[in-house]
Amino acid sequence: MADKIHVHSTINGTEVDFLCESRESLLEVLRDTLGMTGTKEGCNDGNCGACTIVLDGRIVDCCCVLGVEAEGKSILTIEGVASPEGLHPLQQAFLEEAALQCGICTPGFIVAAKSLLEREPDADEARIRHWLAGNLCRCTGYDKIIRAVLKAGEMINQGDGGRSSSAAGGVGAADSRDVYND
Amino acid sequence: MTTTTDKGTATPGKYKVLGTRPVRHDGIEKVTGAARYGADINLPGTLHGKVLRSPHAHARILSIDTSKAEAMPGVRAVATSKDLPIIQKHELQFGAGPAARVLAENDLADKKVLYKGQAVAAVVATSPHIAEEAVGLIEVDYEVLPTVLGWREAMKEGATLLHENLTEKFTVSRAGAGDDTGNKGNTATHLQLKMGDIEQGFKEADTILEREYNTQTVHQGYIEPFACTAQWVPDGRLTIWTSTQGIFGVRGNVAAILDIPESMVKVVPMEIGGGFGGKGTGYMEPVAAVLSKKTGHPVKMVMSRKEVFEGTGPSSGSFIRCKIGVDKSGKITAAQLHMIYEAGAFPGSPMAGGATSALSAYKIDNVLIDGYDVVCNKPKTAAYRAPGHPQGAFAVESALDELAELVGMDPMDLRLKNVAMEGDRAATGVPHAHVGLKEVMDVIKAHPHYTAPLGGPNRGRGVATGYRLNGGGSGSSATINVIANGTVNLTTGSMDLSGTRVAIAMQVAEALGLSAEDVTPQVVDTDSVGWTGGSGGSRITFDTGRAAIAAAQLVIEQMSARAARLWEVQPEDVEFVDGTFVCTKNTEDKYSFKELAGRLMATGGPVTCSAMDSQGGVGGALAANIFDVEVDPETGKVDILRSTVFLDIGQAAHPSYVEGQMQGGTLQGIGWALNEEYFYTPEGSMVNSSLLDYRMPISLDLPMIDCVLIEYPNPRHPYGLRGAGEHPIIAPLAAVANAVSRAIGTRMRTLPITPGAILEAIEEKNATN
Repeated sequence: MADKIHVHSTINGTEVDFLCESRESLLEVLRDTLGMTGTKEGCNDGNCGACTIVLDGRIVDCCCVLGVEAEGKSILTIEGVASPEGLHPLQQAFLEEAALQCGICTPGFIVAAKSLLEREPDADEARIRHWLAGNLCRCTGYDKIIRAVLKAGEMINQGDGGRSSSAAGGVGAADSRDVYND
Repeated sequence: MTTTTDKGTATPGKYKVLGTRPVRHDGIEKVTGAARYGADINLPGTLHGKVLRSPHAHARILSIDTSKAEAMPGVRAVATSKDLPIIQKHELQFGAGPAARVLAENDLADKKVLYKGQAVAAVVATSPHIAEEAVGLIEVDYEVLPTVLGWREAMKEGATLLHENLTEKFTVSRAGAGDDTGNKGNTATHLQLKMGDIEQGFKEADTILEREYNTQTVHQGYIEPFACTAQWVPDGRLTIWTSTQGIFGVRGNVAAILDIPESMVKVVPMEIGGGFGGKGTGYMEPVAAVLSKKTGHPVKMVMSRKEVFEGTGPSSGSFIRCKIGVDKSGKITAAQLHMIYEAGAFPGSPMAGGATSALSAYKIDNVLIDGYDVVCNKPKTAAYRAPGHPQGAFAVESALDELAELVGMDPMDLRLKNVAMEGDRAATGVPHAHVGLKEVMDVIKAHPHYTAPLGGPNRGRGVATGYRLNGGGSGSSATINVIANGTVNLTTGSMDLSGTRVAIAMQVAEALGLSAEDVTPQVVDTDSVGWTGGSGGSRITFDTGRAAIAAAQLVIEQMSARAARLWEVQPEDVEFVDGTFVCTKNTEDKYSFKELAGRLMATGGPVTCSAMDSQGGVGGALAANIFDVEVDPETGKVDILRSTVFLDIGQAAHPSYVEGQMQGGTLQGIGWALNEEYFYTPEGSMVNSSLLDYRMPISLDLPMIDCVLIEYPNPRHPYGLRGAGEHPIIAPLAAVANAVSRAIGTRMRTLPITPGAILEAIEEKNATN
């Protein structure tokens, strides 16, 4: 059995220590070691976006990140999107717009969309479709997801949100190296 | 979104709750990551199982040596087909013996492997990584056999046989096994549907069109891979946590495969991350159970995406020859279909779904349909949303479009000329019951999209319809518990794939005069609710809804009796009007539902009512799509510019989730039409078994999808509901193909319509012109 490595990181604003094997993905660490199953596995090869998290300000598919790479880094997962005061505008908009059916892709979409709206709350339909092109949904035809993100942008612009934007992991200045931003 | 409801038959605002758009009850869990899906359960002491899968598409298993794997540190046990009692007790045969015997071959193969990716052995270890390494240490000796990769090879004279004991059955009805012809081969079933005189019908035609259509193997593409956990405790009771469309189906199959009483199995549903028919069948539950029994630990098994593609049931590739004759007025005088569907490794393609539906929206007196269910070395097909219908509709609705061009008719006029009315016979010979086919077609023809200018070159508009008759009635149970604060808990066994919890709860709210929020719906395990058939066939909102309404009626009866006791009158002196219990002897005496709910404990105890429903009657309905596309003649790329989808929903329970079904079905149909297929090597190995290479539509591929809900009420439901889940995937294949064909001026009759295929077609057209 492989030796385990000690890793120190910050997850959703809380400092976390964990042990992992060098071959374990960050997705495995979150789900299996830390019991944070809100981040989903759809493909385990970076093609579906169900495991989208924010790692030091950038959205990544954490199935393609090793657990040991989280050392010293700050992570935001779906579990950190709502605040004690309530749901994030995106979560509220997803509910109101019925932007989920089975819901397995929803955490990834919300985390990815949050990262967009923090940079560009005015993002239009084309921009949102482009940003979310790395997140697969098989149930909705994307229509209601796009509408929910547009609505959340409006809510944020009206000062009706961003409550959890201070949650760690999150929100650096706009990052030109965004994985979905070419 | 142009959501249009009501075209004259339904009354808007007819209901207080139905037709509104409350937030779904399970929504907060799903937007916060709290909802637990198949792979989200981690019991203390859990071990992890992994499956060894066949590298060959067709081979005899000569021996399996697991000793090296068993010796690896961290490995606790292995399993092969020797551990599955049903395989040890029963030979594999078709049309006889236990039904689950065939399914067991998908869990762990016995003497032969019949598709690349078929499960052969399994290992359980302390971590998934160790199990995966150990799987690689299992040595299997195969005798590789020739691959029969598709229906063409399978039906050739002298073709290699997949099953020595498979003989062709001939049937004239969708029900029943049919007559054994004794003919050995790879054809499992020949279904023939006949009406009138086909030869005479074609003689009466002025124009006859005969064309051939092909579709490829496609996958449902649910985002959640199969996942389950099994715990077989020493007292003999087996608990399974799994993501499935039907917990009772899993219970029955697991009990049969393991040869234990069904009562010793409890199946706990996890949230399901998409199924679309594909999760009606389980794969790993019996294996996880065996490994749990061997180790005394809970065993968790999760498929990789590659395993999902290679080891679970996709839908059929198909070949359909379609011949239709019309007279000068456009009336169809005869129609003939020759339909071949690939079943994959074991019989059971959805050919009958295509055969019974493809022509059935039209009144045609002379019909001959021959359908063939053919085995080949691909995964055993599983249901995929309106199983078999999209392939059939692709052929017929493409042919009608071509015929309309040929005779110079508007494509909707041609359809309306032939539309079946109530009482007209479908291709099955069965008369249509209350069904609004013409009503839907009229709405399509009158819709602004249908006549809007296309606005540019290289553009085309395609329209197609999709008919499906749903039965339902496989059984649904529901229990309502009244809470003292005047809310109710609603318990069902119907897995919620798409928002059915809220749609059923809204029906209960409607019946009890409550708000949707006053009803708390939950989906529970097989020990906690009456037997309930799987979530499929567009039946859950209808069937389980009707069971829940029946339970609500019992609640009203019991609560009326309580009010009668308080008022010292007879129960028949109490009426329930607009959510209020009223005494007919003294109309001053009234209790709201909430007031009376608070008095139950003092008047005889809690009110808890259960009901079941198995009448069926979801009925037939029509869906349709219009697409505008633009084709880049340089690259062959297709852009969908505008998309409108139509559905006769009877009465929408929750319109947002009906629209969601329409939009999602449209997406899957577009993928089927333009992108998706299994690419195989000649040896039968799938080469695009990742979500990158099996290219499903992404957000950039689609425009908004406008929905038109048509409400032509279904008399077999108290509130007029019809099914919603399946119809929207039927028409898009042909509608996309018709749009592309009209844009490029030549017909596309093979799916998927890839850029390469479009460029070839344009080249061919230019060469012949």
